Amino acid sequence: MTQEQFFSSALIYLAAAVISVPLAKKFGLSAVLGYLVAGMVIGPFGLRAIGQEGESVMHFAEFGVVMMLFLIGLELQPSMLWRMRGKILGLGGVQVIVTTAVITGIAMACGLVWQMALAIGMALSLSSTAIVMQSLQEKGLSKTSGGRSAFSVLLFQDIAVIPILAVYPMLATISPSSAGNDHGGEGSAFQQWIAHQPSWVLTLLVLAAVVLIILASRLLLRPVLRTVAATGVREVFVALALLIVIGIASIMMQLGVSAALGTFIAGVVLADSEYRHELESDIEPFKGLLLGVFFIAVGAAIDFSLIKSMPLTVAAIVLGLIFIKAAIIFTIGGVAKLGSDQRVLFSLSLAQGSEFAFVLFGFALSEGILPAETTQLLIASVAISMALTPLIMMVEEKVLRPKLGTREVDDKQADEIDEQSPFILAGVGRFGNFVARMLRAQGYPLTVIDSDSEHVEFLRKLGIETFYGDASRLDLLESAGAAEAKTIMIAIDDEEKILHIIELCRKHFPQLKIMARALSRTHEYELIQLGVDFVIHQHSGSATAMAEAALKCLGQRANQAHRAACYFTKHDKIVTQQAAEIHRDQGQYISLIREKISELEGFNLQDANSHKSAIEKAWASERLRKAAEKKQNIQAGESS
Amino acid sequence: MLKTLLIFAHPALHKSQANKLLLNYLPKDENLIFHDLYEAYPDHIIHPQLEQKKVEQVDRIIFQFPLYWYSTPALIKEWFDIVLEYGWAYGHHADALVGKYAQIITTTGSPASSYTPEGQVQHTMEEILLPLERTFKLCGMIYQAPLIIHDALQLDKNNCKSCMEHYIKTLTDTPS
Repeated sequence: MTQEQFFSSALIYLAAAVISVPLAKKFGLSAVLGYLVAGMVIGPFGLRAIGQEGESVMHFAEFGVVMMLFLIGLELQPSMLWRMRGKILGLGGVQVIVTTAVITGIAMACGLVWQMALAIGMALSLSSTAIVMQSLQEKGLSKTSGGRSAFSVLLFQDIAVIPILAVYPMLATISPSSAGNDHGGEGSAFQQWIAHQPSWVLTLLVLAAVVLIILASRLLLRPVLRTVAATGVREVFVALALLIVIGIASIMMQLGVSAALGTFIAGVVLADSEYRHELESDIEPFKGLLLGVFFIAVGAAIDFSLIKSMPLTVAAIVLGLIFIKAAIIFTIGGVAKLGSDQRVLFSLSLAQGSEFAFVLFGFALSEGILPAETTQLLIASVAISMALTPLIMMVEEKVLRPKLGTREVDDKQADEIDEQSPFILAGVGRFGNFVARMLRAQGYPLTVIDSDSEHVEFLRKLGIETFYGDASRLDLLESAGAAEAKTIMIAIDDEEKILHIIELCRKHFPQLKIMARALSRTHEYELIQLGVDFVIHQHSGSATAMAEAALKCLGQRANQAHRAACYFTKHDKIVTQQAAEIHRDQGQYISLIREKISELEGFNLQDANSHKSAIEKAWASERLRKAAEKKQNIQAGESS
Repeated sequence: MLKTLLIFAHPALHKSQANKLLLNYLPKDENLIFHDLYEAYPDHIIHPQLEQKKVEQVDRIIFQFPLYWYSTPALIKEWFDIVLEYGWAYGHHADALVGKYAQIITTTGSPASSYTPEGQVQHTMEEILLPLERTFKLCGMIYQAPLIIHDALQLDKNNCKSCMEHYIKTLTDTPS
């Protein structure tokens, strides 16, 4: 592609995305659907703004799927993945085997030889990771039990592609098509060598690669991430994040293994690292954009002339595919004891063809497994089924779910649904440290963010889960879970940044309660005027504690000193609230402060026994005694 | 001397007459543990296990306090609420306090004559201290007659020698 071509392509794709997604959102449709429709409109069968190069764009944009798996991996702690192993193998394995068997059977019933039927069955048993995960995330359903089950199945399918590719060449019944693509043909010397190895060598190589990725992520990546983070140059960190994903993807591709699987594993390994949120927010926009382009390319690939020439056949394949897959997965969901609403979500979300099907059918064509017309028909059907998914999920959301009600709450899977902590703590210095420790001691998990990479490293050595990053960045707040959290506590050392975070939270996460530590009096006034839910001056607590201790040194009773400190704190809070209103007016401010100071002196902490003391009239034995004396004198006078 | 825990509660000792004076006569004895409640818990957050351990080590608990509103100062009520836990102080198999002695030393602001059915208060001190007596008895403790120092506001002026003697005797005598 020349530079000019590149720019014109970029122009078309970006413009299509910018126009179609907001339009789709405006009509209450999902962004995925917006992209797909945009693809159809600009594609070779629409405005012809893009031609056949759409296919190569699609291959390029498939990298978005790789990035997505990396991000999904980052969200999954290894322990959680281990807990999901039953689901992945059980749900995924049963789904792939049963769906393959049923579709193969149907294809044979339609008169195809078993080899062709099996190839079609295997390819169609897979579902679209890109569309399903993106749609689930968009609707916030990825952490429900239905969403988790769908993810487990998709993960198994991603792995299943490897053996399917290995089995395919054995199914060839016709002479290889000359129009086939380059699978197994060209490639590096290494790939050539790989292609001629027996399967046990390949298996060993794949295992070795996986172990290598795990070890490298654990031992090598963490120190590298720390070093780069310490430079404080943001774009280098972004570059490193991209390097990790692309590096792992290319290793896996050299081995002929799913790149998505490799990055997924790396993501899982890095899931408990302090850089998780930073990596997430750096990769996220790339992934989003690439997936968008990918969906546009899928839309553009739908061959409308083929559909026009045999509309009934295409309709039958598409509807049959969706119905069979949904029915099988619905049954599996029942065996897995999902609630009825989750079962519907689980089955309808996975009822489409996969982007892997494009690859597999292309391969089948080149290997001489399937004839060209069948391949084209199937590719078109898969693309349509993918394009229909957002619509089906919309029906699920708007029509079916309200009828079924939300049963998820009773499903006893709360640990899986709600793993977000209710608190985000920005800044764990000397102050935030106390906040974190106390809330943890009460058993509340915290998402802690700090921008000092060495400090973060130190805290993690102490066993405190901490993430590296600048909390005044919207994307970081987002990936730290600000949209789901209940409270953000801001304890960083920068007045401007604190105000900026408050502004961001107000605008983007209006549900968040905001607590902030003020760094100075004026800062405190500003925060109060902004209506922040809880404001405390950074030194108020420790200062009164010291004053209280000093009073005890002078011989005051602990009880007396403590009450004095409490009264003072309360008084100060009221003064601060009042002063916040008028602090910009110098004259008013000074007269208020003077008035309040004399009020405080009226508290007369020294001479608490005096009735002039405003705070300690209780237990006023002095006055009581005088009164008693008087009474006794009267009584004495009476009796005498 | 019987191992004794003296739980003392006065929210404003700095204003006190009688109790301050009494404390001057506190016998120095390793078997007498003095526990100043308002000094230990200025924030009123009583630590139940710590208190229970203190109680478990002694054979007798004496509560000393000024009588406020015909009752104890607030922190002693809090002490009962927090420390006398079910399963420890009372209830099934609870025997932490069983057989221990319990006694009250209290000061009042009126002369003894007020605490009679005919007097200003219209009730006797026994009646007024009944809730405490019941509390101790429910925990299986042996309740002993209280030491009541009446007219405490005038203590320093009156002849208080006998008061002090009673006070020391109460603290040091082994109950029969």
